[in-house]
Amino acid sequence: MPESTVSMAVPRSTGAVSRVAFGALLLRDLAVLRKNLMEFVLRTLIQPFLLVFVFLYVFPQIGQGVGGGSGAESSFATVLVAGVVGLSIMFQGIQAVALPLANEFGFTKEIEDRVLAPLPVEMVAFGKVLAGALQGLIAAAIVFPIAAIVHARGVTAHLTVHWWVLLTLIPLACIMCSSFGLVLGTRIPPRRISAMFGFIVLPITFLGGTYYPWTTLSAVKIGGVSWLQALVCVNPLIYVTEGFRAALTTAPHMPLYVIYLVLVGFCTLFLWIGIQGFKSRVLS
Amino acid sequence: MATQIHAADELSLATTDVAIRCEKLGKIYPSGKVQAVIDLDLTVQGGEIFGLLGPNGAGKTTTVGMLTSLVIPTSGKAIVAGIDVVARPSLVKQLIGVVSQSNNLDRALTVWENLYYHARLFGMSASLARSVSDAALVKFRLTEKAKAEISAISGGMARRLQIARSLLHRPPVLFLDEPTTGLDPQSRIALWEILGQLHGEGQTIMLTTHYMEEADTLCDRLAIMDHGKILAVDTPRGLKSSVGADSIVTVSAPGDLEALAKLLQHRIEGATKSRRVGATVQIDVKGTTGLLPKVISAAEQGGFNITDLSIAEPTLEDVFISFTGKELRD
Repeated sequence: MPESTVSMAVPRSTGAVSRVAFGALLLRDLAVLRKNLMEFVLRTLIQPFLLVFVFLYVFPQIGQGVGGGSGAESSFATVLVAGVVGLSIMFQGIQAVALPLANEFGFTKEIEDRVLAPLPVEMVAFGKVLAGALQGLIAAAIVFPIAAIVHARGVTAHLTVHWWVLLTLIPLACIMCSSFGLVLGTRIPPRRISAMFGFIVLPITFLGGTYYPWTTLSAVKIGGVSWLQALVCVNPLIYVTEGFRAALTTAPHMPLYVIYLVLVGFCTLFLWIGIQGFKSRVLS
Repeated sequence: MATQIHAADELSLATTDVAIRCEKLGKIYPSGKVQAVIDLDLTVQGGEIFGLLGPNGAGKTTTVGMLTSLVIPTSGKAIVAGIDVVARPSLVKQLIGVVSQSNNLDRALTVWENLYYHARLFGMSASLARSVSDAALVKFRLTEKAKAEISAISGGMARRLQIARSLLHRPPVLFLDEPTTGLDPQSRIALWEILGQLHGEGQTIMLTTHYMEEADTLCDRLAIMDHGKILAVDTPRGLKSSVGADSIVTVSAPGDLEALAKLLQHRIEGATKSRRVGATVQIDVKGTTGLLPKVISAAEQGGFNITDLSIAEPTLEDVFISFTGKELRD
């Protein structure tokens, strides 16, 4: 055995090293996004495009307009713009965080090299959330024009942008949705991830206020109780779509303070559950 | 071996001769009732190649996991490069390189990008990361595959890339978990050469293996593990001489093998131990002259018809059998 000393160069403070490593995590995720940019754009556009195309372009032309006459069609267009933008952000959270994680935790354990990077494991999980949120942001930006423009003649979405709501809501919604993705990706066993679409994603989509404002659900009653309006309050998407309704239209919406409070609450809850889930997946 | 990369940023230089120390290290997984690792005491010196040898389930991977911060010990202490792994995982992670058992390369990135982003994770600037990645590709003969996807490279290449990646940030201590499992013989030998070269450069290496030949060829010292415990720690030569024999005779014959084992130990001069191993009997013998004819005649006098007979120097396999009474490969 050769004589040797293990000189342990104790490098910079772990805080500084962690910050640099965190930046590199985001860099890696962005590099992957850039490589798959076409796929990203297509998968982001396809659902909103189809929604808007069928509801706002085809329906009015075949006389199957939603809600009656052409005035109703325009107001449905107004409803749908906010819904579609919110839905796209939610889908990014799942597609950019939950699905890759299922892969990386599963057979290949690809996440290991990043877990062994010199930063706390919690920050690796948060890095995933931030990268997912960024993709949600880009998704919102490319979906919005489509939702606002692809309509049949005579159908117009009436948009009034409340900038301060929009600018605060977008990051909050993006982080909440990608934290939700972290929860799904870490708490659902990889082999069950496809079942997740049926049991979680579909209900969230259809009961998430994409196609209707939450306020109108008060009309759905059993024995005088607006049960559906109450039930959908557990759906995080409803606060996102209602938030965008508040940010983009003058239509009635859930009170803003409720939207913000609940979104912040879901953010905290999902981040906590997701990060714990992440830790329990990578550490034993 | 102060790292060139961090040289400018060093706050202090902790120098120690001990690279790895385990003190009564233990792990019980929440799910299982069995203790995966029990009261492990171990010291690995700087510059050593140290092997953990044992069958699957012996606790080797759990031990490496505890030393690399991925498995949280339920008792005892794990100290790497003088730093408590449990207390300061982020710091320890700067000082270790880890090659895990499975191919955990990033499938979303190319061969070169796997290196580049690893270098970035460890704080290197874009230009430094580029140059160390290029250099590593040359050193590990992967330059031609620089732009290849991970799914398009062979198992041997993937393992070389994993090792290249684990060394990019010049960690003082390198961990390899079953580095040659699943590799073809040629890739295995190529990997041994790489590890030998690293050893020559003074790299401290801890590896786990269930190939006795690998442990024998590569390791300065090794620990034999079974059921979460270390049974012996020594150099391969020291372990082999601990068997207390310079020949191991293996005999196959029909009939009562326990009786044959007793008979041969009794009749053969210099026989120190005998035992039944599967469908054979093994006898440890000191002094080898004219041994085989003696075995044949002793067996025949006892009414046994020998169908096969061989003689060999003790191997680590025999050491393992002498400690556990079972074969390493099962």
